[in-house]
Amino acid sequence: MIKLKKNIPLIDQHNKLGFWGGKFGGSFIPETLKKPIEDLTKEFQKLRKDKKFVKKRDFYFKNYVGSPTSLVKLKNLSKHLKGAQIWAKVVSEANGGAHKIYNATVHALICKAMGKKYIVGDTGAGYAGKMLSMAAKKFDLKCKIFMGAKDIKRQKPNCDAMRKNGAEIVPVYSGSQTLVDAVSECMRYWVSNCDNTHMCVGSTVGPNIFVKICGWSTAQISRELKSQIRKEFKKIPKRIKLINCVGGGSSAYGFWSEFIDYDKKQIELIGVEADGPKKSKLHAAPLSRNSKIGILHGAASYVCQNNEGQIKETESISAGLDYPGVSPIHCFLKDTKRARYTNATDEEALNAYKIVTKFEKLNPSLEPCHAFAEAIKIAPKLSRDTIIIVNSCGDAKKDRDILKQRLEKDND
Amino acid sequence: MTNSLIWQSFKKTRNENRPALLTYTVAGDNTKKKSLEILKSISNHADICELGFPHNTPIADGGQIQTSAYRAIKNGIKIKNVFSIVSQFKKTKKNKPIILMGYYNIVYQYGENKFIQKCKKTKVDGLIIVDLPHPENKLFASKCKKKGINFIQLVSPTTSNNRLKQIIKDSHDMIYYISMLSITGQKLKVSPKNIIRRYNKIKALDKSKNIVIGFGITEKTIKSLKKADGLVVGSAICKEITKSIIKRQNIVTNVTNIVRRLKNKIK
Ligand SMILES: Cc1ncc(COP(=O)(O)O)c(C=O)c1O
Repeated sequence: MIKLKKNIPLIDQHNKLGFWGGKFGGSFIPETLKKPIEDLTKEFQKLRKDKKFVKKRDFYFKNYVGSPTSLVKLKNLSKHLKGAQIWAKVVSEANGGAHKIYNATVHALICKAMGKKYIVGDTGAGYAGKMLSMAAKKFDLKCKIFMGAKDIKRQKPNCDAMRKNGAEIVPVYSGSQTLVDAVSECMRYWVSNCDNTHMCVGSTVGPNIFVKICGWSTAQISRELKSQIRKEFKKIPKRIKLINCVGGGSSAYGFWSEFIDYDKKQIELIGVEADGPKKSKLHAAPLSRNSKIGILHGAASYVCQNNEGQIKETESISAGLDYPGVSPIHCFLKDTKRARYTNATDEEALNAYKIVTKFEKLNPSLEPCHAFAEAIKIAPKLSRDTIIIVNSCGDAKKDRDILKQRLEKDND
Repeated sequence: MTNSLIWQSFKKTRNENRPALLTYTVAGDNTKKKSLEILKSISNHADICELGFPHNTPIADGGQIQTSAYRAIKNGIKIKNVFSIVSQFKKTKKNKPIILMGYYNIVYQYGENKFIQKCKKTKVDGLIIVDLPHPENKLFASKCKKKGINFIQLVSPTTSNNRLKQIIKDSHDMIYYISMLSITGQKLKVSPKNIIRRYNKIKALDKSKNIVIGFGITEKTIKSLKKADGLVVGSAICKEITKSIIKRQNIVTNVTNIVRRLKNKIK
């Protein structure tokens, strides 16, 4: 039986070869990337112990990202659902409109520290790309973003932002033309240009070091949340449920990291994956639909794949969750039973969007709408002293076209 | 493993004072039957044949090999078909070494031990697993060795000296030097002179090892690298298959011709 350790950040609970629970993660990479990844690993180890660097990070989190983002009670929604109290941590208030700014800022700072002038990254929903383009502009780096051609079409507002920030968007036409292909192409580009270019992986996925850097960055969210909860409730309440959508898992890890040591009876962690259209079988839900372990993008994790080890195509209305793999640290949380993973369909996410926006002044993107869908499902069955907190980690501006099209259709 | 077919191939080409020619094609490209025909025909000119497992998320391969892989998967190639291509090939070409190349997920899903046994049974001579670098590959490599299968280590321009020494120490009959920072199928961006200079440095660490160069080798560049023990051509061949399909020409003939021309350039 694999076990979680207490008082050690989850990102550091891996063995020498980089595996969590002895089997998730690692670094399955071509030889050419061994050296750049070793260099990055050493640099990150040094920087995170460097008080000056941490101070710099905190300075930018506060003055550039805009930390802390607020924790608000959704009074109307709670009243409507007649059960648990529902709260939202409005991470979408962060500069740029999503949690991806934390990882992007840290990667830009690391890139600077390593003396590299070029930075590349992948993106699905376009937030990881938009934030990296912002950070690159801020820190004077040249930036290239790899993005599936299908995603470029469906997330236009974020693409416009990337271009405005001076980043080049490289469209990826292979495979399903979504995030999975963008990450592959970005890694290929890095293999060829690793001597002068830094790579940012947009979530807690990829070779071990990228999981760690991303988790270290988004963990800021739960540090804020912990002190906000203390302020609001005087102490940590007896029954909390932290609900978060899971694509790669960076937002969920960031939301949960300070609370993993708590008993799950007190603080339950619920991850919500994308099940896709109700009638589709191409679920982007490797954890909740019990996929087998496989290797994707340099790490072992639960992966949507066939018996032959070919990665399966996925389908979701939410580009940010439309990915066949998931972070090794979430696989570890699943196997240790610390977190519970479930999923929501496109239709449930859209319905959640309608309900949330009807009752609250909140405009969550389709990714966090998957988390709201779960909250709406369970809240009525729970007692009033149960506190549900949803990470509203993205703003729906980018989903403007999809929402217009889908909600109009429903109203016809 | 000095009695391995791979070892013997290098011994022979060394005696003939030329590098070994290694070809790479994707199993099942463009059909199971055709890829076996191609393999049989090009092996009349190639010294060692590499056969790729098609994978749909190949993080170290460029457009040409991706196209071949997608084509093969679309045409229904399965792992068991790849092995059956090898065993059929070996029925008529029992002394021609064959190296399977692929990504680790395929081995992982099949099961390491079962995979090695299957290799042994079908007479696979060597394995290249692109995303299982040293030292992560140590256990798997030693399992291969026990069954008489060569595990081929890769080294690249970014490999540090320390690593080089350890990798060479743990290597079997052949080492694969990646010519430049690149995925497959890109143009040579380092001068052949510089590639050979770096190559010689590695070679000097252990003269007894057979070291081949791959990535970016085409009809244009092959001659300039002929000082190496062996040269691998992959994307240029896959590209020829694609071209022949588009032009509706005979794939086997065209591919055989390019391999023959490659061979003539290094004789
Ligand atoms: C707003 C938003 N939420 C969630 C995700 C999913 O990624 P992760 O699970 O890493 O948070 C994305 C990814 O693009 C996103 O943009």
